[in-house]
Amino acid sequence: MSFPQTFVEKFLSKKSGQKNLKAGTIVTVEPDHLLTHDNTAAIIGKISPELEEYGIVNKNLPLIVIDHIVPASTSKSALNHKKIREFVEKHGVKNFYDAGNGVCHQVVLEKGHALPGKLIVGSDSHTCSYGAMNVFSTGIDRTEAACLLLTGKLWLKIPETIKINLTGSLNEGVYAKDLILTIVGELTSSGASYKFLEFHGGKSLSISERFTLANMAVEMDGKGGVFPCDQTTKNYLKEKCDISSSEYEELWADEDAEYYDEYNFDLDKVVPMLAKPHKPDNVIPIEDYKEELLFDQFFLGTCTNGRLDDLKIAAEILEGKKIKKGCRMIVAPASKSILKKAMSEGYIEILLEAGAIITPPGCGPCLGGHMGVLAPEEKCLSTANRNFKGRMGCKESEIYLASPATVACSALYGKLVDPRKVLEN
Amino acid sequence: MSKKKILYGGLALAAVGVGSLAVYSFNKPTKKKRSTETKVWKYGNDINTDQLFPGKYTYTCSTLEEIKPHLLEDLDQDFAENVSEGDFLFAGKNFGCGSSREQPALGLKGVGIQAIVAKSFARIFYRASINQGLILIECPKAIDAFQEGDHVEIDLERSVIKVGEKEFEFPKLPKEILAIREAGGLLPYSRKLLKERQKNREKSEK
Repeated sequence: MSFPQTFVEKFLSKKSGQKNLKAGTIVTVEPDHLLTHDNTAAIIGKISPELEEYGIVNKNLPLIVIDHIVPASTSKSALNHKKIREFVEKHGVKNFYDAGNGVCHQVVLEKGHALPGKLIVGSDSHTCSYGAMNVFSTGIDRTEAACLLLTGKLWLKIPETIKINLTGSLNEGVYAKDLILTIVGELTSSGASYKFLEFHGGKSLSISERFTLANMAVEMDGKGGVFPCDQTTKNYLKEKCDISSSEYEELWADEDAEYYDEYNFDLDKVVPMLAKPHKPDNVIPIEDYKEELLFDQFFLGTCTNGRLDDLKIAAEILEGKKIKKGCRMIVAPASKSILKKAMSEGYIEILLEAGAIITPPGCGPCLGGHMGVLAPEEKCLSTANRNFKGRMGCKESEIYLASPATVACSALYGKLVDPRKVLEN
Repeated sequence: MSKKKILYGGLALAAVGVGSLAVYSFNKPTKKKRSTETKVWKYGNDINTDQLFPGKYTYTCSTLEEIKPHLLEDLDQDFAENVSEGDFLFAGKNFGCGSSREQPALGLKGVGIQAIVAKSFARIFYRASINQGLILIECPKAIDAFQEGDHVEIDLERSVIKVGEKEFEFPKLPKEILAIREAGGLLPYSRKLLKERQKNREKSEK
């Protein structure tokens, strides 16, 4: 019996070869891709005998990107990378992106793997980002990734959905990051547990902005966050990846689908936001933060906000100026192509002149491995998606999250600043 | 009283004192776990994966031996050294939120945690635990009822947890997932699947 379905109900019904399945049903599916990164070495390490005996189930299944510790910072991480290259060679993996290409999620997007109608899982919690492209994508763990390489199959429980209605548009000085921090603050870090988020009304948002939003679905414990495929999606795929709409299949929720819950966000009312230590939902509007908040390090980058539009915002703010003496600013372009374009547009030169340190394309200091680890009692203002205690390598340090504009404006003064105040001058 | 008697009396008292001290020391509860004693490690809400296992070790520690010393390092310094086989971990809501790294599930299973009981679990961690054969029990009432020193017992057959004198039911796993847990985790389950596939392939080739 037919009934109006949510995106995930429709999508997983189709993907499992069935019809009219409801949330709560468990299905077995064959994902189109499995995304893994530096952890590929650990994953294949779990199944060495099985790989010898059976091989990988499908050469097109893996999407492997080396990005977390790039270039290798220790001989152990170098060995990991070596094992990954050997695996790729031995099993004829088609989609391999070696160190220097960029953050895995950005690379997957740029290389046209995130296509509407695809089911992508990854051994990284921010795999949910591809929802920006009308993709069903979600994070799994290493053991599951290993077994998937061998069997090609995965069980999934069709989640319930929370509908997010977006209306209006963002004001000057307010960005997608401020919007998602508002949403995370409202729903809280467990508010979307076992649920999928459907973003409605985000037509005016660019792919980059949608990526920032979908990226942080997991910070509310969401299984994923998805946008419809519209002209913006199609234009991106045609212009950036040379992929026409005949090569993919879009899908969206039915008009009267039943949702677990609904939230309305008026973009006109969103203001610059700050997530305080040590949780992404510990948010406060910057205009309400009354005390002086000094920072030692500023970080611009990651799968959340390391794209060309983010670097452009920072360059426009810092042009002809210097960051506060005594502070560091780390800029990690999310991909090689972003770095190249940023160079040709002059953004990199501006940032260097301002005093920023430019890292190779990759995750940078986001997860505390290298490229800007913090010292005890230091504070960092970051465009990343997570500020858990110790995340940037030191549990006696503090991480605050904000938009690229907030980070760049604050870097000028060495302290927290409402970007609207700087931009209106 | 003569000086000698006082001296002997004093010595006798001292001997009794020392003797009592010796008896007390022998019976004093030690940190070492006795065979029937299980500890309950209790934490609050939103315990995240960076607290369970710091992100900076994600690429340097993959084996159980490498993971063990860093378990709960940024949350409870006592845990890694003092956790024993059969201990329980109790927590509030959204346990295991954050990263998909599986060192927390792998590590907690490896050190012998009998079960994690919480008000709710974050989804990637929930999945990771099933894949490791680590038992997770969602039971808010048991968490609220628990008092320091309560003895805890679980009965998976009846789907019941006993906390002190009280008993609480918890939801049974769906059969597809139960099959994975009963196989001991996803890897053993997958190996079975691959062997079956190969057998079927060989049969159809004959």
